[in-house]
Amino acid sequence: MTRQEILDELKKVIAPYTTNKEMLAGIDDHTDLIKDLKINSANLVDVIIDAEAKYDIEIDYDSADKMVNVGTCIDVISEKLNQKV
Amino acid sequence: MGKRVVVTGMGIVSPNGIGIPAFLHAIQNGISGIKFMPRYQELNFSCQLAGMPAFDWESLKNYISEVTFHGLKGTNIGYGVVAALDAWADSGADYDTDAPRWETGCVFGNSIADTEAMKNVIAKVDNKEAKKLGSRVVEQAMNSGVTSYISGRLGLGNKIVTNSSACATGTQAILMGYEYIKDGYAKRMVVGSSEHVDTYVYGAFDSMRVLSRKFNDRPERASRPMSLTAGGFVPGSGAAALILEDLDFALARGARIYAEVLGGSSNSGGQRQGGTMTAANSVGVIRCIDEALTNSGITPQQIDLISGHLTATNADRQEIQNWSQALNKSGNDFPLTNSLKSMIGHCLSAAGSIETVASILQIVHGFVHPNINLEDPNPEVTNLIGLDRLPVKMIKKEVNIVAKANFGFGDVNSCLILSKYN
Repeated sequence: MTRQEILDELKKVIAPYTTNKEMLAGIDDHTDLIKDLKINSANLVDVIIDAEAKYDIEIDYDSADKMVNVGTCIDVISEKLNQKV
Repeated sequence: MGKRVVVTGMGIVSPNGIGIPAFLHAIQNGISGIKFMPRYQELNFSCQLAGMPAFDWESLKNYISEVTFHGLKGTNIGYGVVAALDAWADSGADYDTDAPRWETGCVFGNSIADTEAMKNVIAKVDNKEAKKLGSRVVEQAMNSGVTSYISGRLGLGNKIVTNSSACATGTQAILMGYEYIKDGYAKRMVVGSSEHVDTYVYGAFDSMRVLSRKFNDRPERASRPMSLTAGGFVPGSGAAALILEDLDFALARGARIYAEVLGGSSNSGGQRQGGTMTAANSVGVIRCIDEALTNSGITPQQIDLISGHLTATNADRQEIQNWSQALNKSGNDFPLTNSLKSMIGHCLSAAGSIETVASILQIVHGFVHPNINLEDPNPEVTNLIGLDRLPVKMIKKEVNIVAKANFGFGDVNSCLILSKYN
């Protein structure tokens, strides 16, 4: 999967957790999940669980801690996808 | 002298009507909300009926954010949120606020988290997948789930309490909210209760053999308080909420006033003198009613209507005798009496709040709702009070004061005195 493909899918994963749909449409690597998308910090756990299901990967606690903005989310997902093959 | 406390808003999710207009129409016309439940037949329950609100789960999106809605599974929470937010809007207040409303608190009751929703949690943990539970389980499993959703949506900043006292929960919640305002701790309280009788709770009641078993083919006739053929109660689900306000606070903001809470009492028979986990000590019940009258400064002669607990079990006769003894009234001198449970079944924790909303509607619109299914009144009841004290058709008349009581497992009692606002 390319970074763009992961980004497109990630938007769907994040969608239920943000009311800021306009910003979601235009997210890039620098978009912060909490500060920009106003995702409740408790809900970050749900984003990670949903991402695991979506990409059929496992995201360990240390990797999950890195997922603070869209860019680092794609980094982690991409790394886990590569480990699969 | 405490503050006077008035009711300025009401919301309801009842088996026979969601929203005040639908509910008012239903109770004036004796419309039953009891339905046959095919699932209960499959589960081999003896009673296969329930009062289940025709609740559109998607409608919750009109009350809470999409993000909050996503992941909400607790049916009892859904019912409570709709009732509370409808009551709030009915009182003429806005949902949104930037600052906490320090003057407003909440007492909302319930019995148990939605066990059907929790089944998924149990399965995941047993399957060694606890990591997949996510962030939304705890807030819905905790007893204070309902109050947390309500107070969060409305930004309530005063006392937030979740109460639970079985079938007395609803009346007790209203009484506690009344007391906080009367004593000056809050200006406004969102009060009420909700209940979702899921299959697991239902099954446990079914096993106690306290449910109506002989009317599965005639659902609307199955809940028969005070009748000779009353063979147990029909479980119901739903929620109701009221907005209580300090009279001066309500007048200052020009609020419409439905009624006044004059007072009440909540006690226990201590599971002594014949009282047990499941049966009421009559001494406690009589004391509770007497104290409610004293605290409200009224005499038995002033009571126009008793909204009874009257579940359609063999406790009905004893309840009527307790009222009779507490008020020192019998025969044709006894107040008019009705049981909403004849239409909606027994909504357990939600019963008291739903029945209080019905009581206030009878005060506001000047009527006494019928006892449906009372075709064969139990002589043990009519030996105590006149048959015409138990209307089977709606009576249009001025209702100034209603005594509303509920009695619950654990030998707990609650009685409220509601009045027309003068």
